[in-house]
Amino acid sequence: MRPANQVLANNRNQEEFPPLLEQSAREVFQIMLGCELDPPTEVPSPESFEFTAMVGLAGELCGVITFRCSAQSAMLITSKMLGGDSKYPDEQVWDAVGELCNVIAGTFKNKLTRISERCMLSVPTVITGANYSYHSLADSGCVEVLFTFSESVVSVSLEVHS
Amino acid sequence: MKKVRALIVDDSSVMRKIVERSLRQAGIDLSEVLEAANGAEALGALNQGAVDLILCDINMPVMDGIEFLKQLKAVDGAKSVPVVMITTEGNEAHVVQALSAGARGYIRKPFTPDQVKEHVIPVLEKP
Repeated sequence: MRPANQVLANNRNQEEFPPLLEQSAREVFQIMLGCELDPPTEVPSPESFEFTAMVGLAGELCGVITFRCSAQSAMLITSKMLGGDSKYPDEQVWDAVGELCNVIAGTFKNKLTRISERCMLSVPTVITGANYSYHSLADSGCVEVLFTFSESVVSVSLEVHS
Repeated sequence: MKKVRALIVDDSSVMRKIVERSLRQAGIDLSEVLEAANGAEALGALNQGAVDLILCDINMPVMDGIEFLKQLKAVDGAKSVPVVMITTEGNEAHVVQALSAGARGYIRKPFTPDQVKEHVIPVLEKP
């Protein structure tokens, strides 16, 4: 396996990741939820992100793609995905947010044309609650893109491990 | 088009609902929809009677979609059922692997109902 810095070099450079993450998130929200994402209007506080979904990348690009949003956004995402407006059980909201992150991760991976075939995705993990500490082993940088989704800020980030 | 009994295989229950809704929006008349969360559950679901169509994810715990395709070939009465993969895995190698293992179609997530129609209807119409 080539070292991460070579992988990053082969993808031109790490500056390529934010626009690809942004494109991926926009495409997924547009197609799966029928919603456009707007630029962020505020800097979110960590406490506002009560839902955290993570999908691991393994192989030639190792890392984690994380999607974070408020509880209100998570409920709205579930509602948009299922096409209804009723209350949903917790399990269904976790599932919806996890699957959304999974599809964003897959869309991002498929845009990495040179390494996509040698990169695998994990199944998603979802954390609820904002009061947790996250200790990443990423050592090749983290990129984050923020959007406004229905008046709340949502975050998509990528941390790269070597 | 005749009524279709479909099996939808995905570890996300939300995605299974989205696939079912997309099939209906594509104009496919579903008589019944069976659901399974992985390949092993899907093989078990086939004991509940014949299906006309299988929509299957690739990345799933317990048994993934490619292994399911391989094991499906050994199931009497099910080996000729058309399987369309619906997955985030969009690179050429995965498409080739799935088609080589017996899939009849391949849809990348995220997908629109039109894409489901475009890929599933021909599979149902082809004997």
